[in-house]
Amino acid sequence: MLLSMTFNHFITGTPLTGQATLGELSRQRQRNLFLLALLTIAIAVISTGFGPVPIDPLTVFLIVSRRLVGQPVDAYWSDAIDAIVWITRVPRVLMAIAVGSSLAMAGAALQAMVRNPLADPYVLGVSSGASTGAALAITVLAGVGGAFLLPAAAFTGAVVSILMVLAIGGRAAGSSPFRLILAGMAVGYALSSVTSFLIFASDSPEASRSVMFWLLGSLANVHWPMVQLCLAVAALAVVVLTLASGWLDALAAGDDTAMALGVHPLRTRLTLMIFVSLIVGVMVAGAGSIGFVGLIVPHMARALVGTRHRLLLPASACLGASFLLVADVGARMLFPPAEIAIGVLTGVVGAPLMLLLLRKTGQLTN
Amino acid sequence: MIHAQAITVTRQGKHLLEHVDITVNDGEMIGVVGPNGSGKTTLLRSLYGACVINGGKITLDGTAMEQLSRRAIARRIAVVPQGQALDGDQTVGDMVALGRLPHQAWFASHGRRDDLAVREALDRVGLRTMAHRSMHLLSGGEVQRALVARALCQEADHLLLDEPTNHLDLGYQHDILAFIRELGLATLVVLHDLNLAARYCDRILLLDKGRLVAGGTTETVLTPARISKIYGVQTTRIATPAGRHHLVFADASTQDPK
Repeated sequence: MLLSMTFNHFITGTPLTGQATLGELSRQRQRNLFLLALLTIAIAVISTGFGPVPIDPLTVFLIVSRRLVGQPVDAYWSDAIDAIVWITRVPRVLMAIAVGSSLAMAGAALQAMVRNPLADPYVLGVSSGASTGAALAITVLAGVGGAFLLPAAAFTGAVVSILMVLAIGGRAAGSSPFRLILAGMAVGYALSSVTSFLIFASDSPEASRSVMFWLLGSLANVHWPMVQLCLAVAALAVVVLTLASGWLDALAAGDDTAMALGVHPLRTRLTLMIFVSLIVGVMVAGAGSIGFVGLIVPHMARALVGTRHRLLLPASACLGASFLLVADVGARMLFPPAEIAIGVLTGVVGAPLMLLLLRKTGQLTN
Repeated sequence: MIHAQAITVTRQGKHLLEHVDITVNDGEMIGVVGPNGSGKTTLLRSLYGACVINGGKITLDGTAMEQLSRRAIARRIAVVPQGQALDGDQTVGDMVALGRLPHQAWFASHGRRDDLAVREALDRVGLRTMAHRSMHLLSGGEVQRALVARALCQEADHLLLDEPTNHLDLGYQHDILAFIRELGLATLVVLHDLNLAARYCDRILLLDKGRLVAGGTTETVLTPARISKIYGVQTTRIATPAGRHHLVFADASTQDPK
């Protein structure tokens, strides 16, 4: 119901608040954030139950709490069910939460920093860099290294692309964020060509297929160590970005205003951009470059909790996690036993939402 | 008190400001006028550090500006910039609350004290009932008042405004300047309309091509001869019963001999 309310507001642009006073409005927003958090937890528990073997939410809840805090209840389920929940599904759900929340927060932060509602987490070419790294790992280094080869190569690629963007546009970043975005686009296109070349030059059709699958993003092959790493990084992102929310508010108001409010725009923007891009690099390394979450979710969150980042970032995190959880259920349930790349689903759902958003902003500005 | 001594701003070999001296005393309202491109906005931006100066010195109550942190400056000097770009769905309350940033530790949340300041500022500019409204839906005059409210939230004792009367009708122009004057802060306001400057400012600074051409009372600064030289427009000066001086456009035949 909450989601339908969100979409309703999102589509029609009618204020949720009516004639609310300042205090009522902020209480309403805090309530929205609280409901979003509850919604995320509920979706996480319910989505764990979905799969070839359906498991009811209560059992999921009991299995997880038994694993976490010991033995509050007698196990009435089989060991097989326990294994399905704890080894197969929980890591995947947690990964969706980590990746979805990080991408959405990164999108919200970057949209404020570059003052462009169409910015996504990949403005510094992170996604293309990671893809090139992954393509290299799959086509050239195939068979070398273990489970961490692919994410390590992808993260290295992401870092290389950030460094290239900074080398090209970093000095100019002193004058405006747009130089940095242009540098990001240029590096992105160049690295995409390298990736295409690697796929084209590869002899193995299987390799090019798996590069393709990776490019679209997937939560199918997650394992505990990677999940733990991504969760820790996502938690770090929540803490750091929420602490920096005042800076983001100021940057969103423009450089002169930020300056007048006591925030040094250039230094702050560059630092935060690098931080956010590194976070995104980790997520892309873990789950591929999943599109649309970081672009669309912040807009939905703004409709619910307003534009101030102290509420907007946690709200984006909750919505991003929920969005990816639902998309992942779709990815594994729509065409069983085959899995669809999750990026296909986020694109299918995200693109129409994006068009609705454009229509709405068009109405406002005309 | 803001004191700028011989400040020079040079960009790409061009002098935007050249050896400009200026003092904004406590409780004084100063108007900065001049043709387009004369350096008014550059001067205003220099005074709060948004524009790096290439020569000269700026002090805030005797302390050199470069010794103060950005936050410390923001607690002392509030700014209403020109042509504020508005953020999509931002509400008036959220926009005004930004003015509290310099007073908040970077990990602290918006507290009761901040709420009170926002409410008070909205009250003072008469926008209390619009706190929840989207900035997009405000009229030009309301946007300007909201921006002034944000500056008030900063609780600074200096106020810099860049053409706050832009896009406002006659009534709002006078409203906003009268309101700003009543605040009694050390105020520097960039204006295009010479008569508004004459009506509301204690002193007027006239800039041309980055240089300070004249500074002082309306009577000494805005002489028809000088206006003619700088703007290329003939004017006649008339005195009001209150002892103020106003300029009206003149035919060549009615030129003021002064």
